[in-house]
Order: sequence, then structure tokens, then C-alpha cells
Amino acid sequence: MNVHDKYKPLTFWERTYLPRIWDGLVITMHHFFRNLWHFILARFGVQREWKGAVTFQYPEIRRLFHPRLRTMHRLTKRDDGTPRCVACMMCETVCPAKCIYIVAGQRPEKEIEKVPVKFDIDLGMCVFCGYCVEACPEDAIRMDTGVIEMASYSRQSLILTKERLLSHVPHPEYYTMRKDLELAAKPVQLRTESEAGVEAH
Amino acid sequence: MAEIGIAVAKILFFVFVFVFGTAALLTWVERKQSAVMQDRIGANRAAILGLRVWGLFHIIADSLKMFFKEDFTPRGAERFLFSIAPGITMFFALVAFAAIPFADKLVVGGREIVMQIANLNVGILYVFAVMSMAVYGVVIGAWASNNNYSLIGGLRASAQMISYEVAIGVSIIGVLMVYQTVDLQELVRAQGALFGGWLPQWGIFYQPLGFLLFLTTGIAETKRIPFDTPEGESEIIGYHLEYSSMRFGMFFLTDLIETVLIACITVTLFLGGWQVPYLLPEGFHFPWGGTWALSNVTVTILQFLGFTLKVSVLLWFMMIIRWTLPRFRYDQVMSLGWKILLPVALANIIITAAVIVFF
Repeated sequence: MNVHDKYKPLTFWERTYLPRIWDGLVITMHHFFRNLWHFILARFGVQREWKGAVTFQYPEIRRLFHPRLRTMHRLTKRDDGTPRCVACMMCETVCPAKCIYIVAGQRPEKEIEKVPVKFDIDLGMCVFCGYCVEACPEDAIRMDTGVIEMASYSRQSLILTKERLLSHVPHPEYYTMRKDLELAAKPVQLRTESEAGVEAH
Repeated sequence: MAEIGIAVAKILFFVFVFVFGTAALLTWVERKQSAVMQDRIGANRAAILGLRVWGLFHIIADSLKMFFKEDFTPRGAERFLFSIAPGITMFFALVAFAAIPFADKLVVGGREIVMQIANLNVGILYVFAVMSMAVYGVVIGAWASNNNYSLIGGLRASAQMISYEVAIGVSIIGVLMVYQTVDLQELVRAQGALFGGWLPQWGIFYQPLGFLLFLTTGIAETKRIPFDTPEGESEIIGYHLEYSSMRFGMFFLTDLIETVLIACITVTLFLGGWQVPYLLPEGFHFPWGGTWALSNVTVTILQFLGFTLKVSVLLWFMMIIRWTLPRFRYDQVMSLGWKILLPVALANIIITAAVIVFF
């Protein structure tokens, strides 16, 4: 674009604003009537590729996460159900937010001497950097639960204890398998309610 | 006694059912229409027994929320004025509906009832007098809040109202000259005649420029986008900055009531009011020769429905404008009002007068 075009004085019609306002109204009205038409079609059961809105009705329909998204932490277990964590303090050391508190304890077996007696993560301080997952030599902590709803009524309940961390399970169905970005497209996941309970409007 | 009963019934129906109902629905329309325009769905979560009906219950949810929130009065506020200011604005916005004709005469038991709360012979002057009073509530509330930003909002509101009152007053004179009356009921009756036997003689066909000017200044009177400098939530929060709870709700609702009012006046002046094309008091008289006789009650109901339909279309259009245009800068609002709208409106009067005199 020629830079000098910016400094041209406005013509008479441009100064009345009216043609430009009309152009804007045409755009918004086009969107309005097109979307209304698609909503009405969907209301009468005509399903089409083009939807009236780009909205995901979130609590019922989840948009799939990117495979590398870091979500709520969990502690992994061995085959016998004991935590894999050996209380080496790597994660506590590397944590930039200082939100991990580990108290180590002893174990009767010879091969693995240490276990965490206490393993708390304070979600109120966690910055979800994922360094604890990177630092762990035992693959004992992961951030693949797919849980992003962490709001709480008290600070106390934001502290994840060892038992809560062990009880978390991974939700691979919340993540998309594709690593290229098909995220914005169709795939939607039903969680609890049936799709009939989700109104189009 | 019966007169008072009829008057009360008219007030109850037109103001508390029609106006409040439309204004409450407008909060829903505003959300849903903006959502549809922007490829969204809009508010749809408020439900009663699992029933959502396209988010219509958000009206109830909103009003309940407004009533139960903390009603806060800032320290240093002028308590009395602070309390009555929202009431003043809303009162004058509602009172203006007294002169709006909603339909023609209804004959019940030999008694003629005019479907207009007060049959004033200076209707349009009364409406404008009352409308310009509404800004007092805004200014009083802004000043009583003891907050500089509110005060700026109030000053902007008063300056904008004064500027646009001039233009809005001048822009309707063309219509009044064409129909030679300031009685709104007479004005609507005059619009029932036909051009060449088929086109209704609505004001918009006589005064297209006047219609444009009136609609622009009317939107400016409602203090909504693109003329919402008194509110201007991104620069000053506006005249209702210190208001919370239902007092804020009253200011908010007043904006919508004024939108309804402007739509009603525009319909009355320019779109034929309650006139349904080809509907005479005895029934339909089509230009191609057919007739369809209807009873007085049916005709009145049809007229009221026609009026409602016209108002709805105009409200839809005002909503489209509100969600399309960005806010004018304050000096742009002023220069538009004084330098463009007022001279054009004056020119409109002169041209109309010349046409009336020479043709």
C-alpha cells in the first residue's frame, strides 16, 4: 500500500460516514442471518457441516487438549500399588515455585530404601512448568491427568496430599492423539451427559 | 370512576406489560443477537427444572442477582440525591410513554377508549420535554457519587443531551410541517392515507432525510454505543460508576427503556404508528379491490400487533447498529451533532417548507 494514501483528504461521502457504516452493517447482518439460518436448520434436525457457532458447550463437550498440555499432577504406582517415588528430592529441588514438600521415610526392603512419608503439592503456588516431571529419575510424577478444573473454596483443599496424588488417574481420552493441529476441527468428546441434553442454543 | 379505572388499566398494560416486558426482553435480545452476529451461542445456562428455552431465564436470573447484591453507598456521597437519581431517570423515561398512541379507538359497551394513556394535543412536545428531563437523573447521580469519573460521565451526558436535543427537535419539524399537527394520534391517522392508491403515506416516504437524522440523534439520546461517551467503560466507567445492585440495574434498564421509547417515537412519526397498510376502521380495503370486514376489537388488536412488529424491527436494527459500530470519540460526537446533524436538519426544514409552499 502506498503510504501517502493515508493522508488523502476524505471525500464527501466518506465524511458522511454513511457508506462505511452501511458496509459494516452488511457484514454483521450477513453473519446474523447466515448463523440464524443454520441455527434454525439445526433446530429442525437438519445437520450440516457448517455450524451456526464455533462455541464448544464446555462442561458437556470438551475440546481436546494438545498432547503436550500439562494438567493436574499424579503420582505413578508400581505393579504392587506402592508409589514409584523414592523421595530423592529432585523435584522439590528443581521446583521454581517451591510448592512441593517431601518428607522421606525408610523402607524395610534392601533394594529400595526410601519412600515418601509425605508428598504435598500446593496447587496455589504451582506454576505448571513441568520441571518436576522432567527431573524425576523414576517416572514417579506425571502431569497427564487431563484435569484442568482446580478451583476450590479454600486454600487448604488446594494442597494435594500423597493419597490424593496417588488416586489421580490419567485421562488419555481428553487428549488428541494427533500431534499436528487438528484441534480446532470437529472432534468433540462427550464426558457425562448424553448429547441430547446439550441444546444447540 | 370508570375513567380512572380505564386509565389505570391502560397504564398497567402499556407501561408495565408492554414497556417493561420489551425492555426486559431486550436484555436477552442484546445477548443473543450479539452472539449470533459474532458466531457464538450466547447465554444459555440459566435453567428451571432443566428447561433452558434459549436462555430466556437469564432475565429472571439477572434481576434476582441485581436485587440480592450489596447496595453500596460510597463515603462522602450525597445520600439522598444518590438514592433518588436512578428513580428520576427511570421515571421520566417511563412517563414519556403516556403520549405514544398504541392503537386507534376501541369501542367497548358504547364507550370509546383511545389506546393512548393521555390523549394530549401537544403530544410530541410533551414527549421531548420529558425526555430532556431524564438527563437530570444522570447528572444528579453522577454528582452525588462524589467521584470524579462519575462527574465526567455526568458532564458528558448533559453536554451530549443538550447538543442532540437541538438536532432531534429540529429534525422532526419537517414531519410536523407535512402533517400539520403535533397531536400524535392525529399524526398517525394522517399517515393512513395512500399515495397513488397503494403506497401508505408514512413519514419515511415524505421525509427520508428526517428519518435518518431522527434515528441517529435518537440513538445518541439513548446513550448507547456508538454514542456512549457518558458511559465509556474503557476510559471512564461512566455516570453509574459508584452504583451497585438494583440502583445500577435501574440505570441499565433505563437505557433499554429509552431505546424502546426512541423506537416507539420513530415508528409513530415515520413508520405509520399503528397503521397497518390497507387496514381501515371497518376492515381491510385492498388496492386491488378486495375488502375484508373486521370487527372493531380485531382491528384494534391488529393495529397494536402492527405497532409492536414495527417497534421490534426497529429495535433489531438499533441492536445491529449497537453491535456493529465502535464508540465515537467525544469531540467527534460533538462535531457530528453541531456541525453535521443540526445544519442538515435545518436544511431539511427549508427544503420541506419550499416544497410545501411552491407545490
